[in-house]
Amino acid sequence: MTDTQTPLMRHVIAALVTNEPGVLAQVAGMFAARGFNIDSLVVGRTENPEFSRMTITVYGDNAVLEQVRKQLQKLVPVVKVVDYTDVAFVERDLMLVAVSTATAAGASDKREEIITLANLFRAKVVDVSPDKLMIELSGSEEKLEAFMELIQPYGIVELARTGVIAMPRGSGGPAKAVSLGTTRVLSLIAPNGERISSAAVNSADVSTCATQSVAR
Amino acid sequence: MTTRKNPTPNLNASGMSSASSGKPTEKYIGLTGAQIFHELMHEHGVEHMFGYPGGAILPVFDAIHESKYFKFILNRHEQGAGHMAEGYARASGKPGIVLVTSGPGATNTVTPIADAYMDGTPLIVFTGQVATGAIGTDAFQEADVTGITRPCTKWNVLIKDVRDIPRRINEAFHIATTGRPGPVLVDLPKDVTATVLKEAVHADIHLPGYNVRELGTSSEIARAAELINRAKRPVFYVGQGVILAGATDLLRACAKRANIPVTTTLQGLGAFDETDARSIHMLGMHGSAYANWAMRDADLVIAVGARFDDRVTGNPAKFAPAARQAEREGRGGFIHFDIAPEQINKAVPVTIGVEGDARKNLELLLPMLESSPRKEWFERLHTWMKETPFRYKDDTREFHMKPQAVVEELDNQTDGEAIITTGVGQHQMWAAQFYTFKHPRHWITSGGLGTMGYGVPASIGAKLARPDKHVINIDGDGSFCMTCMEMVTAAQYGIAAKTIILNNDFQGMVKQWQDKFYEGRYSHTEMHNPNFVALTDAMNCKGFRCSKKADLPKVMADFLAHDGPAVLDALVEKHEHVYPMLPAGKTVDDMILGDFK
Repeated sequence: MTDTQTPLMRHVIAALVTNEPGVLAQVAGMFAARGFNIDSLVVGRTENPEFSRMTITVYGDNAVLEQVRKQLQKLVPVVKVVDYTDVAFVERDLMLVAVSTATAAGASDKREEIITLANLFRAKVVDVSPDKLMIELSGSEEKLEAFMELIQPYGIVELARTGVIAMPRGSGGPAKAVSLGTTRVLSLIAPNGERISSAAVNSADVSTCATQSVAR
Repeated sequence: MTTRKNPTPNLNASGMSSASSGKPTEKYIGLTGAQIFHELMHEHGVEHMFGYPGGAILPVFDAIHESKYFKFILNRHEQGAGHMAEGYARASGKPGIVLVTSGPGATNTVTPIADAYMDGTPLIVFTGQVATGAIGTDAFQEADVTGITRPCTKWNVLIKDVRDIPRRINEAFHIATTGRPGPVLVDLPKDVTATVLKEAVHADIHLPGYNVRELGTSSEIARAAELINRAKRPVFYVGQGVILAGATDLLRACAKRANIPVTTTLQGLGAFDETDARSIHMLGMHGSAYANWAMRDADLVIAVGARFDDRVTGNPAKFAPAARQAEREGRGGFIHFDIAPEQINKAVPVTIGVEGDARKNLELLLPMLESSPRKEWFERLHTWMKETPFRYKDDTREFHMKPQAVVEELDNQTDGEAIITTGVGQHQMWAAQFYTFKHPRHWITSGGLGTMGYGVPASIGAKLARPDKHVINIDGDGSFCMTCMEMVTAAQYGIAAKTIILNNDFQGMVKQWQDKFYEGRYSHTEMHNPNFVALTDAMNCKGFRCSKKADLPKVMADFLAHDGPAVLDALVEKHEHVYPMLPAGKTVDDMILGDFK
C-alpha cells in the first residue's frame, strides 16, 4: 500500500447478519485468518428475529479497513456492513465492576469516596456488600477506561464489559477528524446527548487528562 | 486509489424481508430427504456426480441407485472425487458435484474444496453427517465438517430439518455458480435424509446477504475508457475471470479495437488466443520475460478478472512502477475489473476499480475505445519477443530428452487443440509455456493452492465433460504418484483421459529451488519411482514409455491414437530448470533469464 498508507486508526464497524448457527464463528474466523486486529466484537439480537447485529472495533489504516469491510460483506450471512469512520455516531460500552471497600483505613470512608467517583461518572451502584460495591457504568470506551483508572487503587475485585455497540447520529453528519490522542478527551467533553452535569464534565475531563499518558 | 463511499450508515433490521415470498410447493411431499435430493439434482441439470459411499450417506446412495438422471462415478479416494469434479467444472462451465460420507469421507474433500476456493471453481460437495441426535457426541465417523470447511468454502450449511432441503440445495447451486464461483458444502445428517417430508415447503432461495453486483457505474467505465484512450503503453492483464464470465470474445474485440497487447495469468491461459499478434503470453514468476517487462514499462495496466496474485506481482509495492508513476501524473495507472469487490485494492491499490461481470462491463467499455497505432510500444514488445522467447537448450545426446521437447511434440501433434490438465511443479510451468493455448476452458490447473495430484483426477473429469476432445494431463512423477489410483476409476468407466509423466525422478521444482537457493542440498526431493508402465497396465490402462527424443514422434502418435485411458512415461533430463524465473517477492529486474548459449 506504499505511498497511500494512512495512519492506524480505531474504527467501529456494524454489521447486520442472518441469525443462523456458525455466523459468529465465521466472522471471528475470517478476522483471525486474515490477520485483522479486532479490539472487540459484540453480537446481539435485533427487533427482527431473523437478524443479529454485530459491532466490531478494529484497528487499521484505510486500506486495511476497506478490506475488512469487503471481506465481511463477502460472507453470505452478512447482509450489510457500515463503517462509522466518516459519520458521527454514538458508542456505548457497559461495565460491571466490583470494587473493594475493605481497607485498613476503614471501609466506610473508602465506600464514600468510591460512591462519589461513581456519581461523577453517572455510574450506578447496583450491589452493596460489607467489603465491596458493584458499580454499573455505561459510556464510551474512553470513559470506562478513565473510570477504571480511578478505581484501580481501591482494588478491582471483578470486572466485566460488554464491548462497544454503536449507532450513527440523526443525519449522519460529518465525521470529526480527531487523532487517537485527543479522541479520549473529545468524547468526554463533547459528549453530545450524554446528559451529564457540568461539574461531572469537568471532573471527567480532568480525570481523562490524567490518564492520557497511559493511552495506547 | 479509489475507495467506494460508505453505504448509508443505517442498519435497519425491520425493513429486511423475512421469509420467502413464493408459494410453498407440494411436489416433494411423500419423498424422503434423500429422494428430494435426487429430484433436485435433476432439476439442476446434473449429469455427472463423483464420490464414495459410506454409513452416514447411505440413504442418499440408496435413493440414487440406478438413477435415470445422472451418471455416478465411483472414485478411489474422496480427494480424487473433488479434483475430478473440479476438472469437470472447469471443462464444462457447470458446477462439479461430489457426494461423500461423513467424517473421513468429508475431511478427504477438504483439499479440493480449498483448491476450488482459491481458483474460483464451482464445486458443490454433499457430505453425510451422523444423525442429528448424535451430533456433538464424538460419534463414529463424526466430524464438525461445516466448522472445518467454513474458512475454505464460499458458504456451507448443516441441514437439520428435511423441510429445509429444497431451499438449501437451491441456495447451494446459486452461490456456487454466481459471482466469483466457488465451493459450497451441504452437510446432510442421516436421519434428515431418511425422513419423509409431510408438508408443503418453500423451495425458493432466500439469501438477503448474498448480492452479486453485475455492472460497474457508468462513470467508472467512462473514466476507464478515457485513461485507456490516453495511454501510450497500455497492457491488458487478464485472468480466469474473463473465461468464467464467457467474455473472451469481448476481450478480443477490446484488444483489437484499442490495439492493446494482452498478457494472461496462469489461470487466464486460453482467455486470449496465444497465436494472436497482440498476445504477449503468460506473465509472472515463470511467465515470459517480455510480458514481465511489458508490465514494468506499461503506463496503464488493465486488469480483467485477475487478482494481482503474488506469483504475478513479485513484490506488490514495486509492481508495475511506470504505471504507478503515470498514476501520479494523472496519465495512467491501474484499472481493475473484477466481480469480487474484495479483490479490488487488496494486493495492489488501483486507480479505477470496476466491480461486476467482466462480460457486461467490457460490453459497455468496447464502444468507448479508440484505436491507436502504438507503434513504438508494439515494436518494443516484438523485439523482446524475438530476442527472449520461451526457450530451452536442446541436448542431442541419446538419453537426454528435454521435458520442454515433450510438451512441444504434444502441441504439434494436437495442434494446440487438446484440453490440458497438470499437477504442480516444473512440468506445470513447461506445459503453460510450451503448449499453445487458443481457447477458453482448455487449460485446467491448480494455481492458487498449488495442489500436487490435481492433474490425474482433473483430466478424468474434463474428459467426461468433453469426450470429443483429447484431454491430456501433463504431470510430474511426484504429482502423479499422489492420485494415480484414479486411473483405476478411468478404467472402470472407460474414460479415455491420458497422462504424460515428465519423469525426472525428482520433485523437480523443489529441486530447482534447492539448486538456486540451498546450494544443491537435495533434502528429500529424490523419488525412487515404480515402473509406471507396469503400474498403468496393472490399473487396466495402457502404459507407454519414451526415453529418447528420436522415438518421441512415434510414441506420442501411438499414445494419442490409443482409444482408452493411458499413461506415457517420458523419461526426461533431471537437471533442467524452468526459465525465466522471477524469485518470490522480487521485482522484474531480478528476473533470472537462464543461460542459453
